[in-house]
Amino acid sequence: MRVISRRIGFYILTAIAAVTVDFFIPRVMPGNPVSAVLAKMQGAVITKATMRALEVQFGANTPEGLWGQYMHYWSNILHGNLGISTSNGMVPVTTVIRGALPWTLGLVGTATVLSFILGTLLGVLVAWKRGSWLDNLLPATTFFQAAPYFFLAFLAIDLFAIKLGWFPAGSARNTLDFPALDWTYLSDVLDHAILPALTIVVASAAGWVVGMRNVMITTMDEDYVLIARAKGLPKSRVIWYAARNAILPSISGFSLAVGFVVSGALLTEIVFSYPGLGFILLTAVQEADYALLQGIFLVITMAVLLANLAADFVYVFLDPRTRQEA
Amino acid sequence: MAIGSSTNLGADQPSDLVPPGPDPVTAPGAKPRRSRLRLPSSLKVLIGLGTLIAFLLLAVIGPWIAPYNPAETFSTTVSFPQPPSVAHLLGTTQQQQDVLSQLLAGGRSTVLVAFVAGLVATAISIVVGVTAGYLGGLADDLLSMLANFFLVMPALPLLIVIFGFLPASQGGDDLLIGLIIAITGWSWGARVLRAQTLSLRHRDYVESARIIGERGWRIIGFEILPNLTPIVASSFLFTVLYGVGTYTALAFLGLINPNHLSWGGMLFYAQVAGAEQSGYWWLFIPPGLAVALLGTSLALLNFGIDEFINPRLRAAGLTRRRARRAGLPGAARLPRRFVLGLTPVVRYTPLAVAGGAAANHQRDEGGSQ
Repeated sequence: MRVISRRIGFYILTAIAAVTVDFFIPRVMPGNPVSAVLAKMQGAVITKATMRALEVQFGANTPEGLWGQYMHYWSNILHGNLGISTSNGMVPVTTVIRGALPWTLGLVGTATVLSFILGTLLGVLVAWKRGSWLDNLLPATTFFQAAPYFFLAFLAIDLFAIKLGWFPAGSARNTLDFPALDWTYLSDVLDHAILPALTIVVASAAGWVVGMRNVMITTMDEDYVLIARAKGLPKSRVIWYAARNAILPSISGFSLAVGFVVSGALLTEIVFSYPGLGFILLTAVQEADYALLQGIFLVITMAVLLANLAADFVYVFLDPRTRQEA
Repeated sequence: MAIGSSTNLGADQPSDLVPPGPDPVTAPGAKPRRSRLRLPSSLKVLIGLGTLIAFLLLAVIGPWIAPYNPAETFSTTVSFPQPPSVAHLLGTTQQQQDVLSQLLAGGRSTVLVAFVAGLVATAISIVVGVTAGYLGGLADDLLSMLANFFLVMPALPLLIVIFGFLPASQGGDDLLIGLIIAITGWSWGARVLRAQTLSLRHRDYVESARIIGERGWRIIGFEILPNLTPIVASSFLFTVLYGVGTYTALAFLGLINPNHLSWGGMLFYAQVAGAEQSGYWWLFIPPGLAVALLGTSLALLNFGIDEFINPRLRAAGLTRRRARRAGLPGAARLPRRFVLGLTPVVRYTPLAVAGGAAANHQRDEGGSQ
């Protein structure tokens, strides 16, 4: 289909641009990343090879021209080589990210989908019951929307983990080893995931509520909704007719929001010491581990682009008009 | 019919739809008053505006009214944050600095960065969005693509990489920080402005201006831009809100020079002190609440603009209570709550243009298919 192939083309271009930006940032910024890394690594044994690898990575001290470096960078990335992580004992960046990614995907993915569904349903309800007490929900959701995710995480830990003791206050599981994929392990993981997931859901659902309500109210004024009501269809059918038309902007708005939500969720992970990407991002920042920093940026960007693509697929599937156009 | 009559009356008296301001009730038969700018009459907007002004004031005078020097260390022997006391109304930090003073003084940087980011981003979005919408063709395609590129790129990770490479000495410059945040925050506004410019471009008054021989910049400046005001205002508030959140997040991560006082920086130190695990609530609630309230005030104002652009979004149509309060005939027969098909909906559009803007805005969010 033409719409989809155009979108895929756009995302491929964006991905290329992201890699290019990632390549250029260390080269155009003032300061010397190599010496910054070396300063952080005091005490560690620095071999000639390490030194050389760092220099190649940030484009210092190489006879290679900028274009050659750029090509080199691409070939590295296409071979799955994102450099070495200086803060984790010289392990390849990909290894560090691979260890953290499942936690983030599990937590952030679930929470994002959950908040989208809950927020959309709530938005429909608020729009339908316009003028009732539910309208007072809007200023409250505004507050949750405006508060930083990590502030809500602070509050959640202080209240539910420390004062009430209902949930563990941090990390993703009790034991560090991986015993077996049995119920004790799973319940332990779930127990640790509930509070951070809840924080992300509460913080991000507000946006969906407001967006859905606004479109839903406009849709409810359409004649076909009035007709549906006038000919005596059950209320649930009428709501369904309005809601399924109103949800389209929400789905395409998903692409706008998913970057925000993921960023916020990463900060939530930091507060909860949840061993996902956010957590290693913090280490990377603190230890000036530039390769890891760049690698995480690339991985997050690709994940967001994929989520966007998925939203586009859903949109084309749901809205026949986009297919007609093609 | 109740519906017919009150619809007419409602259309004459748009102020009835607005929650009680100083004088919401217009006696029946009185000459309908229509203020030029009805924005500030909604309760949400009033609260939002009041809070925002308070924060702006705080940004100006905060550092002067702080009881102590925010960097002053009060004790070298105590190593735990001290809870609120008479001497320190909001307690002390781990370094034994006064939290209240930090809170009052830290607002300036947060507000300054956010407004610089908002101003710059709005300027970029006007230039890109209006140019793209007005010129059309290849220029439109390229500029739209640029905007879409920034739109899907996750901004915070990008900013983290940028600030990660920025030497610490430059990480405390409010103007520079605002500028960098603005680079990642203009695309949403540009897209909405482009869509609206596109729909304005072929309006009769723009066409006639072109036929008269007006120059391009004059048409944009005097015919198109004034009609974009609500959208520009809304996207400005949106970017300021984005700036507050992003700056706080960056400072929280420790990417801003830690000696540079801001609310996000206070949260950074709260995290370092393990405040949430140890119950030092006075370390994270004051700055977090300040950020949240500042953001809420901006979002409330944005609500007001949304409702101004699209009157249908207002809390309710004409319900019984409001109709009675306004002294409309037939109020008793109106449904108590909004009921589809029974509640009269006032189809009143403040600006002919703005009505289309809301619809376009929603359609534009439908993506660039």
